[in-house]
Amino acid sequence: MAKQEFLLTGTGGQGLILAAIMLAEAGINAGQNVAQSQSYGPEARGGASRAEVIIGNEAINYPKVEKPDFVLTLSQEAYKKYGLHLDNEAILIVDNSQVTEVKPRSRNFYSLPITMAARTHFGSEQSANVVALGVVASLSGKIPMEDVLAAVQQRAPRGTAEQNIKALQIGWQMGTKAGAKQESEHCQNEGDE
Amino acid sequence: MFNDIAQYFRTETLPHIWCPGCGIGTITAAIIRAIKTLQLDQNKVIFVSGIGCSSRMPGYLDFNTIHTTHGRALPFATGIKAARPELDVFVVMGDGDSTAIGGNHLIHAARRNIDLTAIVINNSIYGMTGGQTSPLTPHEKRGTTSPFGNLERPFQVLEVAKAAGATYGARATAYHNQLLTKLVMDAYNNSGFSIVEAISQCPVSYGRRNKFKTPADMLLWQKEHAFKAGQQPGGEEDFQIGEIFKRQAPEYTHEYERLRQRLREGR
Amino acid sequence: MNKARLMQGNEAVAEGALAAGVLFYAGYPITPSTEIAEKMAERLPLIGGTFIQMEDEIGSMAAIIGASLTGVKSLTATSGPGFSLKQENLGYAIATEVPCVVVNVQRGGPSTGLPTSPAQADVMQARWGTHGDHPIIALTPSSVQECYELTVKAFNMAEEFRIPVILLMDEVIGHLREKVVLPEELTIVDRKRSTLPPGDYIPYENNESMIPAMANFGEGYRYHVTGLTHNEKGLPTGNPEVTKKFMQRLTQKLNPYLDRIQLVEELYLDDAELIVIAYGCTARSAMEGVHMARNLGIKVGLFRPITIWPFPQEQLEKHADRKYLVVEMNNGQLVGEIERIFGYKAVERLNRIDGELITPKEVLDRIREVL
Repeated sequence: MAKQEFLLTGTGGQGLILAAIMLAEAGINAGQNVAQSQSYGPEARGGASRAEVIIGNEAINYPKVEKPDFVLTLSQEAYKKYGLHLDNEAILIVDNSQVTEVKPRSRNFYSLPITMAARTHFGSEQSANVVALGVVASLSGKIPMEDVLAAVQQRAPRGTAEQNIKALQIGWQMGTKAGAKQESEHCQNEGDE
Repeated sequence: MFNDIAQYFRTETLPHIWCPGCGIGTITAAIIRAIKTLQLDQNKVIFVSGIGCSSRMPGYLDFNTIHTTHGRALPFATGIKAARPELDVFVVMGDGDSTAIGGNHLIHAARRNIDLTAIVINNSIYGMTGGQTSPLTPHEKRGTTSPFGNLERPFQVLEVAKAAGATYGARATAYHNQLLTKLVMDAYNNSGFSIVEAISQCPVSYGRRNKFKTPADMLLWQKEHAFKAGQQPGGEEDFQIGEIFKRQAPEYTHEYERLRQRLREGR
Repeated sequence: MNKARLMQGNEAVAEGALAAGVLFYAGYPITPSTEIAEKMAERLPLIGGTFIQMEDEIGSMAAIIGASLTGVKSLTATSGPGFSLKQENLGYAIATEVPCVVVNVQRGGPSTGLPTSPAQADVMQARWGTHGDHPIIALTPSSVQECYELTVKAFNMAEEFRIPVILLMDEVIGHLREKVVLPEELTIVDRKRSTLPPGDYIPYENNESMIPAMANFGEGYRYHVTGLTHNEKGLPTGNPEVTKKFMQRLTQKLNPYLDRIQLVEELYLDDAELIVIAYGCTARSAMEGVHMARNLGIKVGLFRPITIWPFPQEQLEKHADRKYLVVEMNNGQLVGEIERIFGYKAVERLNRIDGELITPKEVLDRIREVL
């Protein structure tokens, strides 16, 4: 597959590094090369968190994301830093309850109830990271669901596999639906022109 | 005098570097007599030292011997003992070595209660480098770096070790040679971190500057100022000899082996 | 073939060490190397080994030397500030020729610097950090796969040549997760043991191989180990003749083995007018930059010293009379070696010291500037 670069951003403690590890693991399960890294401050909780994943079938020399194809932001602060000035080709996904002030984008923009879904289904935001993983992975369109599922099983903290698999399914569906909707709207728009 | 313990020495390395009248030689003999009486296997005995006059001791001894860096004898010994708990590890250090540069290691070896037999040869001074003040130099005594008298107060190494978690502490002197042998044996027999303070005389670097005319005067001072449990100290310079404390606590290498077993059994 | 696994660089170091037969780890927590200690704490007691968290970095270095003297392969890991503290006993291990491996996951410095950001600023500390003339081996992995493989090699070299080996990593590689395929077969080297009866054993024998056989503490060979300059028996000496012989052997003992110690990777060197020289994480950017330049028809190649100490001078000298561009995340450290070989006029630099990895585009831009 052609190289895809992902940025998963938010605040420390949201589990985005784990989501990035799962995404990278899914890439390996799918037979791809991957590079996963993160940058973080001294805080274990709070502060800005940024996890990166590159997936592709060729050797990945430079291991950091240079021009992301997918940006997920789970906080307003992260949106300001990574989402606001994104070029139009990149796909931006924001959490609709955490990121409330957004600059309109004509396309490649998804405002989705990621943390809300986690709260509704599990009573807490704990699995929001895996819901987000499902959204991002499905929108990427390159990694089979079964490889992501296997990655979640491999990397979920002990005792949380069941809940996280559920979270993945919710996210995957959310992403698939949103992607399909945008595609049809996009086609319509093109038809209008 | 020497023939009874000659088998424990690398006699080709003698004569030693210690000055005439120094107490380290007699302390060495007392330690070796303890090992002889304990009938330890020479091949299983490790001697670890740091840097300084007393730390030259292992070089003269026919065991597995390691003369390490200044202050670091205890962490080297910790590595040896943790890797091979079946070995008998003795650590000889000077007062500056073990309480200044190596003070933190002393505290943590005691805290772990790792089964080492540590002997601090306390001559109240940095002897090898020519008589500088150490953390065990008494208040107002003179060294080359306290030419007007030591402003700082010394600490009691046994009290520090006890507070940190050591399970055996004792004190003797070069003069109380037979007592020292017995205390080293008791220290060895204690399963845990054991420390013996062996008060020594340094006539050249300490005695000369502090009104001791001869080495014999210093030995007499050791005799006169020592008191035993149950006796009362006569003055500020007096110190207790014999066993100072002994107690039970889990030993580090035993605890680690228990952990390995627990994991092996899948518990 | 073994299955591909996702692994972090630091984790791969721990796995490599275990594969090499390590049974002792002593360390002190420090970012960005701590994952190595955490992994070893979990794994060693399961396989009959020992993990000990020491009171400081000085004690950690001391403990691994002590353990190694009893015949147990030993590891410690740290980062810049801790590496500074290890220098004292690193010198001791060099002088007493005790095998061990020291990992330094470099971060921004000097002092506390940038604890969570990468740098390559300990290149000279790895070479000359401890006092006195001495030999050293330092290896620099550029990928997670290499973290694993070079850790095994580091132990092999430490054991074979009786020397501490430094695995000089950086935060990028230490924290990077990538695909790793563990090799099916590994070459594991153990130190040469003395076969002589204890009475005939000469612990620091000046023999032809220049590497004396070792005896484990506690196994009947009662010998002396000292950081003082010593004779062949290991006993201290101040004799100038004996000192000279000892120092000659110590400082030259790697020379007969350089072809096996000095590992390099070369790319497009044959027709290269400019050779980019980079190691560790920056080699990744350099590699990409070189590819980009080649796509533009620029004749440029990459020379990656995997072993940076002793610096693979002869391998590089095979590619003389070119221009050279040394890319490193410091203010210019390894560049001095290349200038020493080819003269400073032939050598250009690209440096970055702000805690950010040099990008391929920066490499490409610099290539175009200097050609």
